[in-house]
Amino acid sequence: MQATHTAGAADHHADHGPQPTGLMRWITTTNHKDIGTMYLWFSFVMFLVGGAMSLIIRAELLSPGLQYVQPEFYNQMLTLHALIMVFGAIMPAFVGFANWMIPLMIGAPDMAFARMNNWSFWLLPPAAILLTASIFVPGGAAGTGWTLYPPLSIQMGMGMDMAIFAIHILGMSSIMGSINIITTILNMRTPGMDLMKMPLFCWTWLVTAFLLIASMPILAGAVTMLLTDRHFGTSFFSAAGGGDPVLFQHIFWFFGHPEVYIIALPAFGVVSHVIPAFSRKQLFGYASMVYAIAAIGLISFFVWAHHMYVTGIPLTGQLYFMYATMLIAIPTGVKVFNWVTTMWRGSLSFETPMLFALGFLVLFTIGGLTGLVLAMTAVDIQLQDTYYVVAHFHYVMVAGALFSAYAGLYYWLPKWTGHMYNESLGKLHFWLSMIFFNIAFFPQHFLGLAGMPRRIPDYAQQFADFNMISTIGSFGFGFSQLLVLVVVFQTMKGGAKAEARPWDGARGLEWTVPSPAPHHTFEDPPAFNPAEAHG
Amino acid sequence: MDGQYLNPKLSPEGIPPNIQEIRAAGNRRIVSILLAVVTSSFLFAYAQPPLYKAFCEWTGIYDIDRAQRVAESSIPARAVKLEFDANSHDGGLRFSPETASLSAKTGDIIHVTYRIENTRNTTVIGQAVPSYGPQHAGGYVKKLDCFCFKQQTFAPHEVREMPVVFVLERSLPDDVNTVTLSYTFFEVPAGSVTAPAKPGESRT
Ligand code: HEM
Ligand SMILES: [Cu+2]
Repeated sequence: MQATHTAGAADHHADHGPQPTGLMRWITTTNHKDIGTMYLWFSFVMFLVGGAMSLIIRAELLSPGLQYVQPEFYNQMLTLHALIMVFGAIMPAFVGFANWMIPLMIGAPDMAFARMNNWSFWLLPPAAILLTASIFVPGGAAGTGWTLYPPLSIQMGMGMDMAIFAIHILGMSSIMGSINIITTILNMRTPGMDLMKMPLFCWTWLVTAFLLIASMPILAGAVTMLLTDRHFGTSFFSAAGGGDPVLFQHIFWFFGHPEVYIIALPAFGVVSHVIPAFSRKQLFGYASMVYAIAAIGLISFFVWAHHMYVTGIPLTGQLYFMYATMLIAIPTGVKVFNWVTTMWRGSLSFETPMLFALGFLVLFTIGGLTGLVLAMTAVDIQLQDTYYVVAHFHYVMVAGALFSAYAGLYYWLPKWTGHMYNESLGKLHFWLSMIFFNIAFFPQHFLGLAGMPRRIPDYAQQFADFNMISTIGSFGFGFSQLLVLVVVFQTMKGGAKAEARPWDGARGLEWTVPSPAPHHTFEDPPAFNPAEAHG
Repeated sequence: MDGQYLNPKLSPEGIPPNIQEIRAAGNRRIVSILLAVVTSSFLFAYAQPPLYKAFCEWTGIYDIDRAQRVAESSIPARAVKLEFDANSHDGGLRFSPETASLSAKTGDIIHVTYRIENTRNTTVIGQAVPSYGPQHAGGYVKKLDCFCFKQQTFAPHEVREMPVVFVLERSLPDDVNTVTLSYTFFEVPAGSVTAPAKPGESRT
């Protein structure tokens, strides 16, 4: 019937020759599952590196005064921590999920451009090395904060140049990855699966990938201008030559706000699979979910200056950005209500993926609400650059994106390894994370409200107690994360055999292939079954 | 669960045999569109500096002290007496204002000159530090230029005339009718500085 059985992309034929083994297998692989695995491991390693840096930061903040590090080094840790977590840990983790799951979810044999996929991954390690190695060059790493604001970023040493190059490389990787994901989703779905029947994770990634190709080049442009201001005598941002440092902030946040949704949307996608599976119900309001994702993606380009209320933008501008930012809460609220409604009268069970999804739901909502508080110009003038902002974005990025990644990890691990993970260890991991996360970050709201500035290694006496609590929480959180490593290794080595569909409520094509998923799947487009649709 | 397709075209039998070629062609078309998006996005970043400038000029928001000017202009100008004074901690320096006092109006731009003479045979490095009488009037003296912004180096027996340009704000409290601007010249001890301050390292 079908003439040949293979992939959509011509270069997939590489798979049919003699297979390289050992390290070369991983370096040359074009298989989406291998590449997905590499992305996930890479992101976990970066998560540990970035995590270690955050513990240096928190150790210094344990008590007032300077104890362990110099302010310059503190700033470098803070900058690298953020850059590594955003670009090295969270984003690659979700690209890893995309690589593994999108072809399985839409019934495609592989990603559309399998060889480019290999490239997207292998660009990451050099970028990671550039970033971390910059600590050791004269002058140290960039210490500007991840926002790289001039004039400081124009003045720093060569660590800054290395960060700029790392961002170029990471951006290239993300753009290539996004092109691949969009093409795969638009063109490789199994016949019969129209867009409005596609699993939600694919929808979130489709929009995310568009956000990436539209916003990453803007960041690349901004840092290139920084680079030429630093070395080639241009004055885009350097006031001495007639440039405007505030312009950098506009360009940065024009990228930066979509970026936060680049992190959040795939997390929404994962949760939209996990909650229905463990509620044993269809996702409530599929179409409204899709429209909400699209609306969030679109609006995210028009709210950037809520990060810039104190730069002296005119009153009308402040009002516009305030209302536009609040508007985003509507589609976001729609999603939260749909997740809750999905659980309504469902037959719920609380395995680890569901626990993480629920943790996500509760804590992300808190983060969304503090976001609304910050969106109010009059309030933000007080809270800008305080720990309140730090609390806000850790609620949305750690308890939001990271918890959702864990939900996805526990949910799909049986499919990847063929074994069930250790449920009690998984639950222990969840509860430790949940408790320590809140101990670490909830007090930061109080610190911010009381006026403690962010990005400062020392602080006034009255902030001492909450900082100590926060540091204890962050060490607890950090060390609990090592449990994942134990769980994953255990599951890879053995454990109860996983069935093709280990979760009775799970729907979707990915559960129709055996566990562990064979190296090649869906070489012939599978039959699309509407009963399996909607994630 | 199986075998129920919405329409027969969606069943595996309906999949065209040349699906690979169809997909490959589609992939190429999509990728060229996406590359165009990436390129225009990069160019968009570079279009920002001129666009930003044009936008700010068009809307007038580049004019960052307009609000203050508007607020100021609602207060009528009034006459004040200005007194100028100079002190030096060093007998080797003669330091004095060219004008001891003058009558002015708030809101006017005022130019005055100070004169300093190094009577010694050695180079003197130092800086003038301003003070105001009454003290709170200092907040209403907006200096546009002042020799006190920078450290100064005087060659042996050098005489120099140095300008101060300032505006006395109209919001000056009503009970202040005389403002004294006084400078004290502090010499930097020899050997404690190797070079005069770089331009830009200004101090008020
Ligand atoms: C209802 C949704 C949200 C609203 C209304 C909102 C609003 C805001 C506002 C107004 C600020 C600026 C605070 C300041 O600097 O003074 C901010 C900062 C931030 N937000 Fe959100 N936010 C929302 C969701 C998110 C999400 C989903 C993420 C990421 C996953 C995120 C990540 C961040 C980050 C990283 C910062 C700090 C950036 C920095 O200065 O380094 N936010 N948010
Ligand atoms: Cu934002």
